[in-house]
Amino acid sequence: MGRGLRAAFRALLRKPVRVRYLTEAGEMVPVPERYRGKITYDKGACIGCLLCIRTCPSGAISTTEEKKVEFSVFKCTFCGQCAEICPKKAVKLGSDFELVVYEKEGMVVR
Amino acid sequence: MTGETRELEYDYSRLVVPFGPVHPALKEPVHFKVFVKKEEVVDVGLRLGHVHRGIEALAETRNLVQAMYLVERVCGICSHSHTTCFVGALEEIGRIQPSERALYLRTLVFELERLHSHLLWLGIMAYEIGFDTLFMFAFNTREAVLDLFEEITGNRVHHSMNVIGGVRWDLDGRMVEKVGRSMSKVREAAQRIREIFQDKTVEERLSGVGLLDRGAAQELCTVGPTARGSGLKTDVRKEDPYAAYGALEGSFSIVTRTEGDAYARTEVRIFEIFETINMINEILARLPGGSIRPGETIIRSMNRVPQGEAVSRVEAPRGELLYYVRTDGKGGLRRLKVRTPTLANIVGLRQMLIGGEVADIPVVVASIDPCLSCTNRITVIDLDKGGAGEPLRRRRRKWPH
Repeated sequence: MGRGLRAAFRALLRKPVRVRYLTEAGEMVPVPERYRGKITYDKGACIGCLLCIRTCPSGAISTTEEKKVEFSVFKCTFCGQCAEICPKKAVKLGSDFELVVYEKEGMVVR
Repeated sequence: MTGETRELEYDYSRLVVPFGPVHPALKEPVHFKVFVKKEEVVDVGLRLGHVHRGIEALAETRNLVQAMYLVERVCGICSHSHTTCFVGALEEIGRIQPSERALYLRTLVFELERLHSHLLWLGIMAYEIGFDTLFMFAFNTREAVLDLFEEITGNRVHHSMNVIGGVRWDLDGRMVEKVGRSMSKVREAAQRIREIFQDKTVEERLSGVGLLDRGAAQELCTVGPTARGSGLKTDVRKEDPYAAYGALEGSFSIVTRTEGDAYARTEVRIFEIFETINMINEILARLPGGSIRPGETIIRSMNRVPQGEAVSRVEAPRGELLYYVRTDGKGGLRRLKVRTPTLANIVGLRQMLIGGEVADIPVVVASIDPCLSCTNRITVIDLDKGGAGEPLRRRRRKWPH
């Protein structure tokens, strides 16, 4: 009984266990360095070798008219194969994991 | 209303109780047709296939790199086991030997996965016996392992650790230290879970429930902790060592129990958690140096895999996982066959449930740690009767092999 009460009081004084999630704009829950989030694409560095299309398991990458690629993030499985195969390191998987948008267009990385 | 009551007479000899596919006790869809006599289970019929996804057929339309990420998605808990098994088969066909360090890292992630799978299962078992506090506690402990996955590989569930001939992510000194620290924390928490599971109430709820004797376990080809709980000393890691298990043979032992009930299966998993933690510490201490992957792109590795076939098996957290792979020599797959551990164990359920009570069904079903989405990969089609067999016949015409 006494032990239980002591534990209850200690729990009252302790900080909450939960992690604060986006209470202020721009404040993100920290992610590890290797975290695979939304794709970032450096169009200038891309040479249009299309190796990423060949190895993408979900068919999320398509070609554009100017011989570059675009990424449909809503199809992406975040395996990171495109970032790994890219010879110019033009594709990276960033730390952004908030992937809710009103229009699909917002989830296409060009 | 009048006070008149009418006695209704039922024939209790064979009442059918449908159990699933949507049931509060089981989170995954499976249908049991349970024949009962009052509270006693007389017979059980099993029906699978509610979440069949056609992954094997889909894999045949892709190249090896794409298929590697696809087979990872067969299971959300033992995803690394599936890629290790698949890549193991490809390496056997292509005669590619990964470096020593790559094998150790593969084994490390494999054992971390076993740890998180067993902790998850202990939570589910606690939930099934009505002990939700322990469920929360086990899941909280598992969270530490998932954080390690996120740190090492970048994703909590689908790690994408393997490539043909190596692994993708390396461990630096800081991470080795962090894994070691987490392991001592997990060990403490697991010890507490073990103490709770050794309590008299838990023991009385689980012992004598879902009996599967040694002979039946052997005859029904059960695998993994289910077989080991029935006294069968079987473990692919010892019998057919893959990855770095050959070198680590001395650092773990097979846990067996002879009782063959739900409590024995629980005990086997609890003690396997400690074996696994010991093994992870051993791997961290013995981690050899060197490169982790071949110095060529994965497309070149893929093209080096010739035409051929191989069978590969690993000890997933739930038991023996088996892959049959046939490549076409052009970077594609001609046939992929997956035999998941639950498919081998689920036939034992009938034996376990018969003679038991209706109230024991959730506990017994949970005690084999079923992963039903992985199991839903067979479609029984009677070709002679036509109907549903037509699509399959068309496929057969397309690929005569």
